[in-house]
Amino acid sequence: MANTFELIAAVTVGSGGASSIDFTSIPSTYTDLCLKVSVRSNRAASTWDNTQIKINNSAANMTNRYLAGNGATASSGNLTVIYVGDIPATNATASTFANQEIYFPNYAGASNKSVSSDSVAENNTTTAYAYLGAHLWSQTTAINQLTIISGNGDNFVQYSTAYLYGVKNA
Amino acid sequence: MAAGSTYTPIATTTLGSTTTTITFSSIASSYTDLVVVANFKMGSSTFQPILRYNGDTGSNYSSTTVWGDGSSAGSNRHSNQNGIYANPGAGVGTAGQFEIWTINIQNYANTTTYKTSVERFSNPQSLTNAGVGMWRNTAAITSVSLTAESGSGDFQTGSTFTLYGIAAA
Repeated sequence: MANTFELIAAVTVGSGGASSIDFTSIPSTYTDLCLKVSVRSNRAASTWDNTQIKINNSAANMTNRYLAGNGATASSGNLTVIYVGDIPATNATASTFANQEIYFPNYAGASNKSVSSDSVAENNTTTAYAYLGAHLWSQTTAINQLTIISGNGDNFVQYSTAYLYGVKNA
Repeated sequence: MAAGSTYTPIATTTLGSTTTTITFSSIASSYTDLVVVANFKMGSSTFQPILRYNGDTGSNYSSTTVWGDGSSAGSNRHSNQNGIYANPGAGVGTAGQFEIWTINIQNYANTTTYKTSVERFSNPQSLTNAGVGMWRNTAAITSVSLTAESGSGDFQTGSTFTLYGIAAA
């Protein structure tokens, strides 16, 4: 029986860290893509960094609306990047990583691409973050590359992981 | 021994014309949970896709959601509804823009408990929300339908709807 939810590629960041996590040459044979991420940043003198997604090596033609909670207040805003959520950085509680899932339905279709994301980062302190995102990549070309980057240009630390799955609806 | 499939597509449909209601029927009881993934667009901006089970249109549903529309955040509760709405009380959709609604229905085939679901809705041009829904019926779920709210734009050509079954063992 064919697998419905199939691992395309897996990345585990090594001891040197990584400035980005890149999935290239994504085949167009699935229905949807699902990206699952566990990540922490080496951003210096900071508790938080954030992750963003580039599509086909570009951060252009993107919009979003997000809902965020930090343990005290809920807020909403809109951006021109695929902002997945805040992640722990150097000053955050040790050994804590953010958990994120980004879903790309009909990623190889000929319409603009709607994307959904969920992100959480809990650290047992007074502030932590949960994000829900609705994103739009206003391009009709198929997605063949996904790149996870730090929003502040920092690196992901060792043991950060990212798994790209293809989902087939038949 | 090779493991059986955990996440199985049960049925899928891609619309070739505008449609008011999508129904997945005769759902086998052999899975543990169900997942509906809907990637759809509406013909009108005043829309509400509505989730219903076993054809029940009575006031047997309730839901709680948290939402953000790009400027405001909020939460809503609705009791005694005739279905579980994608974005109850928090604004409207965008005509012609593909939207995403993922619905996780846990323990759907049991005949002891009311049925609960966890939903995620995303429209990048209007809002995003997360919700929990309940159907006050202990019957096993044998059909799942998504209906475009009466008087609003139907689901448009190119919209896709897929039902997956998840097996716990």
